Amino acid sequence: MMDESRRGFIGKAFGAVAAVGGVASLIAMKKTWDPLPSVMSAGFTTVDVSGLEANKLDIVVWRGKPVFILKYTEDMKPTDGRSVKVGDHYYAVMIGLCTHLGCIPGYEEDKKLFKCACHGGEYSPDGVNTFGPPPRPLDIPPFKIDGTTLVLGDEGPEYKKMTAKA
Amino acid sequence: MAKFKKADSMLEWFDQRLGVVNFAKVMMTEYWIPKNINFLWAMGVLLTMLFTMLLVSGIFLLMYYKPDVNMAFDSVNYTIMQEVAYGWLFRHIHAVGASVVFLIIYIHMFTGIYYGSYKKGREMIWISGMLLFMLFSAEGFSGYMLPWGQMSYWAAYVITEIFGGIPFIGDDLVVWIRGNFYVADATLTRFFMLHVLLIPLAILGAIVFHFYSLRFPHVNNEKGEFFDYEAESEKYLAGDKKGSKVIPFWPVFLSKDVFVMGVFLIFFFYLVFFHYSFAMDPINFDKANGLKTPAHIYPEWYFLWSYEVLRGWFFEIAGISGKSLGLMAFGFANVIFLVIPWLDRSPTVKPANQRPFFKYWFWILMVDLMVLTEFGKLPPTGPNAWVGFGASLTFLVLFLSLPFITKMEAKKAGRK
Repeated sequence: MMDESRRGFIGKAFGAVAAVGGVASLIAMKKTWDPLPSVMSAGFTTVDVSGLEANKLDIVVWRGKPVFILKYTEDMKPTDGRSVKVGDHYYAVMIGLCTHLGCIPGYEEDKKLFKCACHGGEYSPDGVNTFGPPPRPLDIPPFKIDGTTLVLGDEGPEYKKMTAKA
Repeated sequence: MAKFKKADSMLEWFDQRLGVVNFAKVMMTEYWIPKNINFLWAMGVLLTMLFTMLLVSGIFLLMYYKPDVNMAFDSVNYTIMQEVAYGWLFRHIHAVGASVVFLIIYIHMFTGIYYGSYKKGREMIWISGMLLFMLFSAEGFSGYMLPWGQMSYWAAYVITEIFGGIPFIGDDLVVWIRGNFYVADATLTRFFMLHVLLIPLAILGAIVFHFYSLRFPHVNNEKGEFFDYEAESEKYLAGDKKGSKVIPFWPVFLSKDVFVMGVFLIFFFYLVFFHYSFAMDPINFDKANGLKTPAHIYPEWYFLWSYEVLRGWFFEIAGISGKSLGLMAFGFANVIFLVIPWLDRSPTVKPANQRPFFKYWFWILMVDLMVLTEFGKLPPTGPNAWVGFGASLTFLVLFLSLPFITKMEAKKAGRK
């Protein structure tokens, strides 16, 4: 009887050691697949928006994705929760990937709309889907305003205000 | 240690140490195969051969391929295709083989469904086979990404993006899988590892398990007939080869397999030498560009049906977005074949043509899969979108109705 319980104890002790080792290895394996520190620190892009021309689309690359920056003309109305004021002008800042299947829409300056060639999705200059299959407006990347520069990848108060509304 | 006596022959020397005679009996000369099976049962051997060809051609490609975003495209399209002697041959064998292996897997799989080879006693054969199908899908997808062309890149982008649809952890999961915020070098190198080591290892293990799972229930036959393998094999061994319902795998059955293999290889090398382009999308000869999406993205033909199930839901139902519905349907489509032994509630093992309701079910499924495949490649706009939706819905309804159809069938058979 004595032996039985000893064996049981050894079995349980071995099981516990194995479980701890197993969990530790899983954590190590998970972390090995995490983005590297260099990738994480490269997650910011700064753009000086003061020099941009109105109604001309500017595309910058942030985290490998195209980000649209569109300076509004005087007659274009800013939309609540979608446009941002930097200096004296309004801008639309959004990730330039169609929310339908991820194509990159083009901007038609004369019609003032974004058109996705893949499946005909259309967006207003604010990035709101107006026609076709896209399920939602273009996504807004996290940003921070620093004077006349935009810091993409950092969540500034303007961004937080925008997402709080949504 | 056991006693070893001086061996009279090389065979005996090995037999004393490794039991090769018994092994050959169990695996080959006394592994019994029913007589009444047709060429559709040769697909297993074809698949084994194709896998071997993929492994060998892959090893040769591996010697020149460079898993680096700056070098991958040229290492395939310049070094392997232009510089390496016969590099083009290995690439074409690998690309055509990867495509054709799915054709044969589908024939193998639907042969199993048609003849009811997944039923009671054979569930493990079916499950291990479906596991192999999933592993091959992962293998095909991870390999498709390696040439780092435009289609490779966007396929990787869209497929990894699918994981973003998982509630709560989706977005973080996508970044974790990619190792970056977009499909980048980290993604390429880890998919390279998966393609050349981890998944092939798992496939090898699953193949061994699939073969092993056949030993006890034995292979099904054209009529779904039950017979006593022991009695039949004894008949054969006693010399009554005509009266016995079984034949040994080697050399008798394999001779038929070798014939099918010969016919298949003519077709295969015809493709490799004269029609290899069907397995290579022209868009993939443009180098990957993360800032320019090709106008129309679609997967290789063998994934089109499930791609269409994913894409077919383009409007919201009951407040659930089309995207989420598509993801759910896609998840359903990818696991539902696995549980078919439990969805089919009729105990009779018979070919579909002898089952009153199942035969319609089977052929409707075939037609539906063909429609899904056809429309999966077309742009999902206008009427195409509605056909896609209809076919995706039909797919779901077919599987949800299978238990009821087969239950009715079982009742009908019981009344007779």
